[in-house]
Amino acid sequence: MRIFFALGMLLGLLLPALAVEPSEMLKDPALEARARAISKELRCLVCQNESIDESNAGLAHDLRVLLRQRLAAGDTDQQAIDFIVKRYGDFVLLKPPVEPATYLLWFGPAAVLVVGAIGAVIFVRRRNRALPEPAPLSPQEKQRLEALLREPN
Amino acid sequence: MRRVLFIIPIVLFLAVVAYFFVAMRGGYDPSVLPSAMIGKPVPSFDLPGPPAPPNYAGPPVKLGFSNRDMLGRVVVVNFFASWCIPCRVEHPVLMGLGPSANVPVVGIAYKDKPGDAVGFLNEYGNPYVAIGMDESGRTGIDFGVYGVPETYIVDKHGVIRLRHVGPLTAESVAQEILPAVRALLTQP
Repeated sequence: MRIFFALGMLLGLLLPALAVEPSEMLKDPALEARARAISKELRCLVCQNESIDESNAGLAHDLRVLLRQRLAAGDTDQQAIDFIVKRYGDFVLLKPPVEPATYLLWFGPAAVLVVGAIGAVIFVRRRNRALPEPAPLSPQEKQRLEALLREPN
Repeated sequence: MRRVLFIIPIVLFLAVVAYFFVAMRGGYDPSVLPSAMIGKPVPSFDLPGPPAPPNYAGPPVKLGFSNRDMLGRVVVVNFFASWCIPCRVEHPVLMGLGPSANVPVVGIAYKDKPGDAVGFLNEYGNPYVAIGMDESGRTGIDFGVYGVPETYIVDKHGVIRLRHVGPLTAESVAQEILPAVRALLTQP
C-alpha cells in the first residue's frame, strides 16, 4: 500500500507545476491555448528565470491576465507580445531576438566550437607530420631483424 | 606561426578575466533592468486618489491625478506601496527630494488599498504633492514597473527620461537624480 503512495508521489513530481489559476483562464479554448503558448515565451521579470506561465509572482499573474485581455480584444499573437515588449523591453522575451546586439549570444558558442575544432585539426596534423618516415632497412639489417624475431624468448 | 597559436588561448582567457572583473564590480546589479520606456511619452493614466487623511496638517496634496496634470513641468514619479519594505527605507530620502531638487514629487500607490496607502503616509510622512491609487497595477505595467519602489523622472514634454529601480539612497539621489533633474530643468 505504501508503495503505491510513494509511486504516486514520485509520478506527481513529473507533472509540470502550473501557476495559471482557473479564474485566469479564458473560456474560449483556442484563445486560452494561444495565451498559454505565448506565456511560456515571456519572462517573469521578478524571478527572471521562469516564464510567466510558471511563475507565482504577482507581476506574472498580472501579465497573464493582461495577455488574455489583449487576445480577447482581438490582438494577434505578435501584437500582444509587442504590447508587452514595448513596456518591458526585449529582456521579457525568453528567446532573445537575433540582432546585432545579440549576435555574440546566438553565434558565440558555435564560433568557439569551430575555432576549437580548427585548433584541434592543426594540432593533430602538425603532430603527425613531425614524425619522419624511417629509412628503409638495408639487406643486412633485414637479416638481423629476422634472426632476432626467430630467437626464442 | 607556432607562437601565435600558443598565445591565442592566453589572450582569450585574459579577455574572459577582464569581462568578469567588469561584471563583478561593486554596485552593479545585473538583475536591475534598463527601462524600455526611456525616451517614450509617459503612458496616459487618470488615477483616483486615496481618501483624505484625517487630521492632515501638511502642505496641500492633490488626491488623484492624471498624466495631463504633469505636462509642462519636470516631475519625479515614485511608485510605492504600504506593503513594500524598501519603500520605508527610502522614505526619509524621498521626503527631502522635492525641496532639494526643486521639483514636484508625485506618488503612485502600486497594488495597494487606499486605506493602507493613507496609513503608510500618515505614519512615515507625505513627500508627495499628488497621490494616485493604482490598485490593479495596470498603470504600473504601462510604465514598465516590475517591482516597488521605482522612481521615474519625466521631462516638461511628458517624456520619460530616467528610471531608478529600488530604494533611493542619498548617494543615488546625489549622483543620478539631482544631475538628471537639473539638466531637464534647463531644457527648453
